[in-house]
Amino acid sequence: MSKQQQHWEKTRGLLFVTLAIWFVFSIGIFFFGAEMQESNIRPFGYPLTYWFTCQGSLGIFVILIFWFAGRQEKIDEEFGYSEKEDD
Amino acid sequence: MFKGKFIDNLPKIYGTYTGGFLVFIILMAIAEQAGMSAKLIGIFFVAFTVLIYALIGYLSRTLQVDAYYVAGRQVPTVFNGMATAADWMSGASFVAMAGGIYFKGYGYMALLVGWTGGYVLVASLLAPYLRKFGCYTVPDFIGTRYGGNAARLCAVLVLTVASFTYVTAQINATGTIASVALDIPFGIAVYVGLASILMCSMLGGMRAVTWTQVAQYIVLIIAYLLPVFWISNKLGAGVFPHFMLADEVARISELESQFGLGTVKNSAADLATVPKGLAGITKAHSDVNTTPWKFISLAVCMMAGTASLPHVMMRYFTTPSVKSARRSVGWSLFFIFLLYSSAPMLATLSKLSLMDPNLATGIIGKSIADVQALDWYQNWNQANLMFVSDFNGNGTLELNEFFMGGKAVVLATPEIAGLPYVISGLVAAGGMAAAMSTADGLVLAIANALSHDLYYKIIDPKAETAKRLIVARVLLVVIGFAGATIAALEIQGILGSVIWAFDFAMSGLFFPLVLGVWWKRANAQGAVAGMLLGLASGTAYLIWVRTGGAGFWGVTQLTFGIVGSLVSLVSMVVVSLMTKAPDAATQRMVDEVRVPSGKTVLGKQH
Repeated sequence: MSKQQQHWEKTRGLLFVTLAIWFVFSIGIFFFGAEMQESNIRPFGYPLTYWFTCQGSLGIFVILIFWFAGRQEKIDEEFGYSEKEDD
Repeated sequence: MFKGKFIDNLPKIYGTYTGGFLVFIILMAIAEQAGMSAKLIGIFFVAFTVLIYALIGYLSRTLQVDAYYVAGRQVPTVFNGMATAADWMSGASFVAMAGGIYFKGYGYMALLVGWTGGYVLVASLLAPYLRKFGCYTVPDFIGTRYGGNAARLCAVLVLTVASFTYVTAQINATGTIASVALDIPFGIAVYVGLASILMCSMLGGMRAVTWTQVAQYIVLIIAYLLPVFWISNKLGAGVFPHFMLADEVARISELESQFGLGTVKNSAADLATVPKGLAGITKAHSDVNTTPWKFISLAVCMMAGTASLPHVMMRYFTTPSVKSARRSVGWSLFFIFLLYSSAPMLATLSKLSLMDPNLATGIIGKSIADVQALDWYQNWNQANLMFVSDFNGNGTLELNEFFMGGKAVVLATPEIAGLPYVISGLVAAGGMAAAMSTADGLVLAIANALSHDLYYKIIDPKAETAKRLIVARVLLVVIGFAGATIAALEIQGILGSVIWAFDFAMSGLFFPLVLGVWWKRANAQGAVAGMLLGLASGTAYLIWVRTGGAGFWGVTQLTFGIVGSLVSLVSMVVVSLMTKAPDAATQRMVDEVRVPSGKTVLGKQH
């Protein structure tokens, strides 16, 4: 496999992981909205589903994007595809 | 004062600007104490901020193509994040969102999740690759990747439909705020709003819009957060409301059952006396009160729509590198998060202020005559945003007898909670900034697509730079006027139009964009089929449901993008596989796009 193919394999792998996490917190958990709301886990005292829609999911998305960007930069570096600073 | 290049001095420049704005707020507060009238304070706030944006727009004027279309591709990561956040957060986010949460609760909060989750798709599927491509506009990518004028033209069509639906809502919002703050009729205020929007974008295109959007973000975030923190502290609810309102949320649930939410229903005859557009509280504040599919389908539409709306995507064309485009998406979402996570808190504080009989501001359970005598009630009742009526004739205001417009939650809460008027003036300026910044981005997206893709790439490829930029500016004015004319007709509410825009964009552009990067086999015929059939089927479904059609799969007029995008995906894959694979040059181009290093696919000036 060429260097470019390997790079793309890894990039795609990262995409699937990122989208999986995204799916859980944007879609997956809301299938169980009513059950989660009754849960004893109450972040900052808020009902669980309410908290996820106000802050939880939103905050996780912010962190997820920065994590994704960091990982992708590592992959690009590994294969020598990073941009030069003066580009 | 500022040595060296403009870009190197950005933190200093915007730091000074923020300081100046805070000083302005303090001066206004002093003026209020000295007896300046509320009306005059409102005028000062809106006029002063709009003049500043116009000045920035004038200073950023340019005669260069890449500065006009992509701000010279030198906008630093964090500043591009701020500009995108302002571009993104429209009048709907600023003025309508907290109100929606206030009235509809959980079912509405799908929009919070959808309008933020979409950025994960932007960062991982599209933004860095489109940046590497080096296009000026979204149709520029579609046209070059798939080849041929047909694909380019279809992309221009979808972009125009989606963005135009969106922009009328934004011009409507600037008109509403300008008419209230400056005390002029709506029909004239719409054109005042339009003039301010054009002043920011006409001379400098993307460069001017970028630097005004950063300034607008600073105004709108201060205007949103300051009242939230102030009210929370005033009520003794918590120093940092986001982490400390759990007791208040629980208290609202308690009051809801005490006041018989949902048990006392208004008769149709009673409701007929309530002015149009106003609503009472009918849904529980924090309960899960909607079916999972309804919540999820709305969130999915907003997420895919986010990744297909061209005015957001084109902001990531302005960063210096692919790496910074990726990080910039993270910053955008961070700046958006600051406002979105505050909207539910504002809704909570607003509702508690009105409902809790233990608070001085509480009105439910008080005598109707007392409420009608309140200053703020009279103001907002006159503005047609508040209404009370003694349906059961007991002389006391019940929960089901108080009605409010969605906009009033953001605009009136500072006054209800007893904050000085200077805060209300600030909020008006913030709403104006939010609506203007989005309208600017949208008008520019449409005008750029028409001038670059339709005029330059298809009609007259030999046009000189000066002529291209003149055409771009003329189109900007024409589209602005068309938008204002339709906005003045007030066909659809602000929020409804915005949601439709997302569905249109998702129907026509989501899969053609994503598959353009992630599926090499996708070809021009497939993309054209995907865009046209997606847009057509989505639109047909919308018309069908609007005219009384039953719909299927629980897809409503707010989520018709699900139908459109599925048709788009299937037709694109089927047609692509039935026709010839893209040629070797196109395949190489896709390979190029997939690695960050090296030259952009399209040249620096094209």
